[in-house]
Amino acid sequence: MIKESELQAQYSAFRKVVPAGDYLMKVVKAGQTFRILDLEGNQAADTLFYNANDPSERYSAMDTIREQGNVYLTTGTQLMSNGCNPMLEIVADTCGRHDTLGGACATESNTVRYALEKKCMHACRDSWMLAVAENEEFNMSKRDITHNINFFMNVPVTEDGDLTFEDGISAPGKYVEMKAVMDVIVLISNCPQLNNPCNGYNPTPIEMLIWN
Amino acid sequence: MSDILYTDEIQASCHWSLRMKKGTSLRIIDKDGGANVGMLFYNPENLLERYNAPDTLKCQHTFKLTKGNCLYSDMGRIFCSIVEDSVGWHETVCGNSTRKIVADKWSEHNYQDYHNEWHQNGYDSFLVELAKYGLGKKDMASNLNLFSKVQVDEQGNLKHIQSNSKAGDYIELRFEMNTLVLMHTCPHPLNSASEYPRKAIEYQIRQSAPVSENDYCKNFRPENQRGFKNNELYHLGN
Repeated sequence: MIKESELQAQYSAFRKVVPAGDYLMKVVKAGQTFRILDLEGNQAADTLFYNANDPSERYSAMDTIREQGNVYLTTGTQLMSNGCNPMLEIVADTCGRHDTLGGACATESNTVRYALEKKCMHACRDSWMLAVAENEEFNMSKRDITHNINFFMNVPVTEDGDLTFEDGISAPGKYVEMKAVMDVIVLISNCPQLNNPCNGYNPTPIEMLIWN
Repeated sequence: MSDILYTDEIQASCHWSLRMKKGTSLRIIDKDGGANVGMLFYNPENLLERYNAPDTLKCQHTFKLTKGNCLYSDMGRIFCSIVEDSVGWHETVCGNSTRKIVADKWSEHNYQDYHNEWHQNGYDSFLVELAKYGLGKKDMASNLNLFSKVQVDEQGNLKHIQSNSKAGDYIELRFEMNTLVLMHTCPHPLNSASEYPRKAIEYQIRQSAPVSENDYCKNFRPENQRGFKNNELYHLGN
């Protein structure tokens, strides 16, 4: 459901542009609201969440879609943990639909999806591997890299059980906003994928904003 | 044709794990109809390599799993191929029943009072099996729910189809690499039965026929041909 936010960028407590192929790992406190802004349109923000006080509790795609009885994420969706607790709630969304079935790109899955020769092209999982390596204070490893949300990505499922990757429904300036229910570590890979029409073969920057 | 090497049963609402060898198949038979089998795969040589539901779905552009589909690890390799399936639809996005889900739907029946008739849940079942291999809740990936069908309408709403699988229905998984298999027979989390469903399964381990160039699963999608190539490379190294 499309819902605009009343929050204004000038009053935000934090803003950072994340170029495609880069990551952002940051704690958002309970009660804070944060926005992911698709600056140039049709970008995918591959996102994971962890309970900042116990990172073994983390975002769970399957618990989220089962508890809301729907595969798409939008305004009103409670993002659930593997302990089936709400971590965040989507409070504004000008895109209308986000994916959590398609997972992230990895160099290995790229070989299957596109071509064996694409194996060394940059991928979201590589950004996450660098993130867990560079941020040792969070004590994370490959075990912690699980099934993510693809903000701004459009992956429709049909009644017959097909799954397709459609052109993005996002556009420049579209955004999604979440309010944290618990202290969370946000880990975003701004997707570097060059092989997928979803982003018009042209990955572009996103911006993250936080309000107290 | 394949030879049956071993036959066994897993009672209703139980959990078990076993190691499958490349070139063998696991046939699972729904004894009474309406079974659900939660399943996860790990590479016994590197437990960090595990079943990846999103990669399995997106690589084959499918939401349902049936004959021809391959079940992928997060490393672009194929744990196993679905070589036989009399059901037509198995799902991999709804996760497990939990203690709370089971208590809310069918009331809590603890072990002390009910012994083998207790209401066990899928989440705790996997935790027990994972712990046997030094793994924990961090390692519990999105699982398969064999024999269960969940459909999605145009708006994205989920609908669990009761009685998707009939007595005697089966699925056969041919293992393309050595694999640690974790499974449970607890009810699907969206099952709407009025009584806690108790469904046992039978399983057979079979010797598989060699994978030929015109193999159905390998040629089901061009992506699967590349998945088999990745397995080939992996086996060159061990």
